[in-house]
Amino acid sequence: MRQRSLFGVVILSGVYSFLMASVLIVLDAVDVAMTEASVGAGVSTVLLLATLHLTKTTEATSFRGTMIPLFVAVVTGAALIWSTFDLPPFGTAEAPIHKHVAPYYLENSLRETTVPNVVTSVLADYRGYDTLGETTVIFTAGIGVMLLLRGARRRDRAADVEGSS
Amino acid sequence: MQAFRLVVEYYNYFVTIFLMVAGLYVVIARGNMIKKLVGLAIFQTSVYLLYITPGKILGGTAPILDPAFKVYSNPLPHVLILTAIVVGVATLALGLALVARINEAYGSIEEDETFERDREA
Repeated sequence: MRQRSLFGVVILSGVYSFLMASVLIVLDAVDVAMTEASVGAGVSTVLLLATLHLTKTTEATSFRGTMIPLFVAVVTGAALIWSTFDLPPFGTAEAPIHKHVAPYYLENSLRETTVPNVVTSVLADYRGYDTLGETTVIFTAGIGVMLLLRGARRRDRAADVEGSS
Repeated sequence: MQAFRLVVEYYNYFVTIFLMVAGLYVVIARGNMIKKLVGLAIFQTSVYLLYITPGKILGGTAPILDPAFKVYSNPLPHVLILTAIVVGVATLALGLALVARINEAYGSIEEDETFERDREA
């Protein structure tokens, strides 16, 4: 089954993001689920729709072979599944990931930051520099988008002036 | 029975790997740039699962402290993935701006057609 309408593709990706958000709730990541629902299903869909408005909404028929990509994908998947069995099984409290800094955060964050939500206290207090780096990335991406799209608008205006004179 | 237990214990990782490989396939096989970016987004969500899955403890609850609960899932992957989601949407925006710019320069968002134009030039 092949979806040629890019509008359909964008709407389906929004549906997928909501489904992923519900999976994340089941996995106890409520903050991540909230962000995924608002950013993944909301902002991303709006951005994709805006791009469809600026470009085209149907996909051209392509004559690419699918054998090589399929082969690459299957080999990569097989290698990853083979290496999966070295990981600790799902849901065990004895896994190494739960023995490192996580217990410290869970035991001390309420006393040290007075925030009951541990995710918030780690994000904003213990690992605040990460968030600073994140905003730097967003700022840089924003500048990039602005430069790319502002050039387009200026050329449009120049073309209009030439056309009318 | 042994095989069944393995599948149940690693089921989440199998789903993660399936999504990862599906995203990889879309990125390689599809020439349409919007579809490529959607494929990249699928790849990204698989990485969210890859981080969140080991953080879950069976019988645990979301890491919001309350005297009623004793066992909490690991909050650290949640923090890392929160950052990843926001950075992901920033890179998606940049990619889409590039697609709009390519469409302006080549009149097409198909990779094959832009390569064709380059060969003619």
